[in-house]
Amino acid sequence: MPDVHSLVNEFILKLKKRKVEGSQATARLAAVLLRSVISQQRIGYTNQAGALIDAVKAVGEQLVAANPVEIAVGNIVRRVLHIIRDEDLSLTTAAMAGLNLSAVSDDDDDDTSPDDHPVLSAAAVAAAARSTLRPPSLQSLLEDMPDSAAVPHTSSSGGDSEGKSKSADKNSRSRKLKHDVIEAVNELIQDIDTCHEQIAEQAVEHIHHNEVILTLGSSRTVLQFLCAAREKKRSFRVFVAEGAPRYQGHLLAKELVARGLQTTLITDSAIFAMISRVNMVIVGAHAVMANGGVIAPVGLNMVALAAQRHAVPFVVLAGSHKLCPLYPHNPEVLLNELRSPSELLDFGEFSDCMDFGSGLGSPLLHVVNPAFDYVPPKLVSLFITDTGGHNPSYMYRLIADYYSADDLVLQRKAAPST
Amino acid sequence: MEPRRNLRTVIDPKVRKVGFFAPPDRSQSGLADPISAASAVQASSSSPSGNTLSPVMIPPPRHHSDSLVHPQPSSRPVLHSAIPSSYTAASEFSPTAASSYTSGSRFPVDVEDGPFSPSRLAKGTSVKVLASSVPNVSLVTKPSNMAASDRSGRMKMNEMVAPGVEVQNELHGNTKLSKDKLSKAERRALQESQRAAKAAARVEASKGSAGTFGTAPAKAAKAASRKSDNASVAASEKKVGDRPVEKERKKDVPQPRMQYDDTSRVEKAKRRAVVKQTEARNRVELFRHLPQYEHGSQLPDLVAKFFQLEPMHPAVYKVGLHYLSGDISGGNARCIAMLQAFQEVIKDYSTPPEKTLSRDLTAKISSYVSFFTECRPLSVSMGNAIRFLKSRIAKLPLTMSESEAKTILQSDIDHFINEKIVVADKVIVSHAVTKIRDGDVLLTYVTSSAVEMILQHAYELGKQFRVVVVDSRPKLEGQFLLRRLVAKGISCTYIHINAVSYIMHEVTRVFLGASAVLSNGTIYSRVGTACVAMVAHAFQVPVLVCCEAYKFHERVQLDSICSNELGDPDAIASVPCREELSFPDGGTKSENLQFLNLIYDVMPSDYVSMIITDYGMVPPTSVPVIVREYRREHLWI
Repeated sequence: MPDVHSLVNEFILKLKKRKVEGSQATARLAAVLLRSVISQQRIGYTNQAGALIDAVKAVGEQLVAANPVEIAVGNIVRRVLHIIRDEDLSLTTAAMAGLNLSAVSDDDDDDTSPDDHPVLSAAAVAAAARSTLRPPSLQSLLEDMPDSAAVPHTSSSGGDSEGKSKSADKNSRSRKLKHDVIEAVNELIQDIDTCHEQIAEQAVEHIHHNEVILTLGSSRTVLQFLCAAREKKRSFRVFVAEGAPRYQGHLLAKELVARGLQTTLITDSAIFAMISRVNMVIVGAHAVMANGGVIAPVGLNMVALAAQRHAVPFVVLAGSHKLCPLYPHNPEVLLNELRSPSELLDFGEFSDCMDFGSGLGSPLLHVVNPAFDYVPPKLVSLFITDTGGHNPSYMYRLIADYYSADDLVLQRKAAPST
Repeated sequence: MEPRRNLRTVIDPKVRKVGFFAPPDRSQSGLADPISAASAVQASSSSPSGNTLSPVMIPPPRHHSDSLVHPQPSSRPVLHSAIPSSYTAASEFSPTAASSYTSGSRFPVDVEDGPFSPSRLAKGTSVKVLASSVPNVSLVTKPSNMAASDRSGRMKMNEMVAPGVEVQNELHGNTKLSKDKLSKAERRALQESQRAAKAAARVEASKGSAGTFGTAPAKAAKAASRKSDNASVAASEKKVGDRPVEKERKKDVPQPRMQYDDTSRVEKAKRRAVVKQTEARNRVELFRHLPQYEHGSQLPDLVAKFFQLEPMHPAVYKVGLHYLSGDISGGNARCIAMLQAFQEVIKDYSTPPEKTLSRDLTAKISSYVSFFTECRPLSVSMGNAIRFLKSRIAKLPLTMSESEAKTILQSDIDHFINEKIVVADKVIVSHAVTKIRDGDVLLTYVTSSAVEMILQHAYELGKQFRVVVVDSRPKLEGQFLLRRLVAKGISCTYIHINAVSYIMHEVTRVFLGASAVLSNGTIYSRVGTACVAMVAHAFQVPVLVCCEAYKFHERVQLDSICSNELGDPDAIASVPCREELSFPDGGTKSENLQFLNLIYDVMPSDYVSMIITDYGMVPPTSVPVIVREYRREHLWI
């Protein structure tokens, strides 16, 4: 336990100090951390799932509070919670299939989530399964997903349906649950690692010869996407806007040139001038909200507006860990972060012309350096995730596959307890 | 704009009739029903077989061209006694484009002005209308040539040429009868006269443009006579009047700009060039047509040559080098520097023997202008100023003594600077200040001298407002503005252009400067202005563009690619204080990597709420009107 505790604190500190940034890095670290939390969590015979959920929630809450702008962390916490519920449910159904009604009684005193599958019969389980927003039509979609919980169905059913003694059954179930959850989290981590490749595989479907593609700033997903198209012998040109004040576009341009792509580096101000000659805008995202809006690096709203003006498709690449089940409210302010003004102006550069003597109250000069932009869903033409291309209007449904409705709000449970 | 409103009330609303129906009886379709009259003429002229039933009868769109109804300069007395002469198209025109040329003289035929009085030209897109004034004497020879006019043309005439209406009404019936009976020769004569009318229509446009009248008449006359070997009456008479017309027409069409992908012309230009520019190595394919040179390499060389350059005036040379190094930038500053250099030139000028002042000085100025162009492509403001100066030189009477002419020209230049720039800015400031209220948050992009004056003046008036200065790479000119505003005590917020959608929520007005305003209403300005205006438009924040009227230009442009200026690509490659981003070898090693440093972009007119200019606050649609109506004053003052 203390071991996990220090790990958690270390990660929280990193998040707070912005030592780790970027949705992929934070998502991966969060998943690894939660895996160790789960593996070290001691669980009793009753209500193992509830205990796990409690532990993960407690840690997740701290992580989200450490840097709420890193939306991916919250996403991963929710994903892990969903995995636990899912595994629990599948184990229960397996047990139910083996006829014993007594096994389920322990789920009734589940205090963390009172509406958590009050299982009494096979019919009730089926109803509960329906309530988690997983109609059979999307089952096929999920079976492609490595992280989904569809695997343990067959393996568990054989052993449990034998009708062993109650305690032995419980013991094996608890170990089984933990094991399955950790397996699934491992798959989630692997998923985060490989999402670039899965997105890049679709590149040839979207990029063809002699296209002119515009992007802003830098994103690993975009880089791999473009390179994948390049490797398939597509020749096209890329305009890279530099993405002031972080100038990540310079890095992307360097990478692209190293891989032999025709690259032109432009200033951010030239976007409107150049977009009339661009066939497609391909950008990365920081997070995708449930309404299809995108939290993106600063400047992309401008690009999206220019693309809309010239009817240029605006394509957003996002790994599934970036899909957030929340609906944004005032995202420009609430889901944003103001970075250091020193990126724009040197400290002290304007000290000579500012009269600090008379200063009563607010200073004359403000420097605003936001990190993110919000791109509303109407400006986005297409999302390309690791499960394929989707419309902005479909995002809420896609997101429902990854999260269970009980976990959408991580904080609410904590508020009364603290 | 009063006449426009009057006009609207006069015109009865037109009902759009679609479908099969018989046109009203032709005998009744006098002036009262111009739709059917026009279409009837159309039908009869287009289909000689006599099928006058047009299946779909849609009246030509109402002519919204402001130029037709713009108030005339009050100094010009309008006589309504002129005879309107109109020409219908011959049958070879396609029925949809069966254009009728209406010409109504709106100005008295001015004897000093040459045989052609200034006229107005208006072109509709669907129906071509040339409303022009044509010399009554030379062209209106045969009444049989006269024909029914277009509806919109007549609309105007109802207003303008009241007595002429009767004449036309008579002619109307006349033509319709003779229409089908036109012989071939007559038809040819008709075309000739149409051509003349068209040419006459263009006179007005080029009236004020720089040029010497009556030079090289032989060519024009030859061309005219070649065309009219049919020896019709109209053609022979045209010869007299056609000379200035042909020439003027050539002048009128804006000179196509130098395209730098045309290698032969580039070679030619290079031989003449003083500044030995070297081509940048890694050029962007899309911008081959623009000059892209290495920056900074030639400056020391030119400085060294300062005392050797015999033909170049030192003042001009100095200003040129300032352009090259970027010390002088901004439309107004560049224009004033150039004009002051020309003042020096004129002061030191003496006419060489056996030459006339006007010719020689114009040539000299032209050579200086090409030097300036080599240093940095001319801005529209400079182009207009040069046009002004050349026209002033051309207008000097030959009898005037040299010293007198020189003082006149110098005072003219002073006058231009004062009137068109200094006073114009004051007027703009006084207009714009009325749009600033207490509690406003004003956004501006990089630097504009006019906007800066507005902000400072508003602050001096004690208005309570906040300024958001938006800046962009690579020049970061906004910092200069920010420094000056903060020093004044104005509360400022500084952002990069990427963050503009973040800040736009709190902004109440956007003030932008412009390098030029083109006649389709687009704003040609510092790159990024269009982005800012677009975001403001998306957030429903009014965009006010402040621009002196001498920067208006009749050119049109739809995108930022066709005409632009390329800056130093190395400025993009390196970010100060961010060494880890810099490219090895400045990024020139790889064939695949290019840097594009655009200087200007083009903002579509629908982003603009209002253009504040020295003639008042106008919508962008009024720009062509101002260009038309006031250009004469621009050039003649």
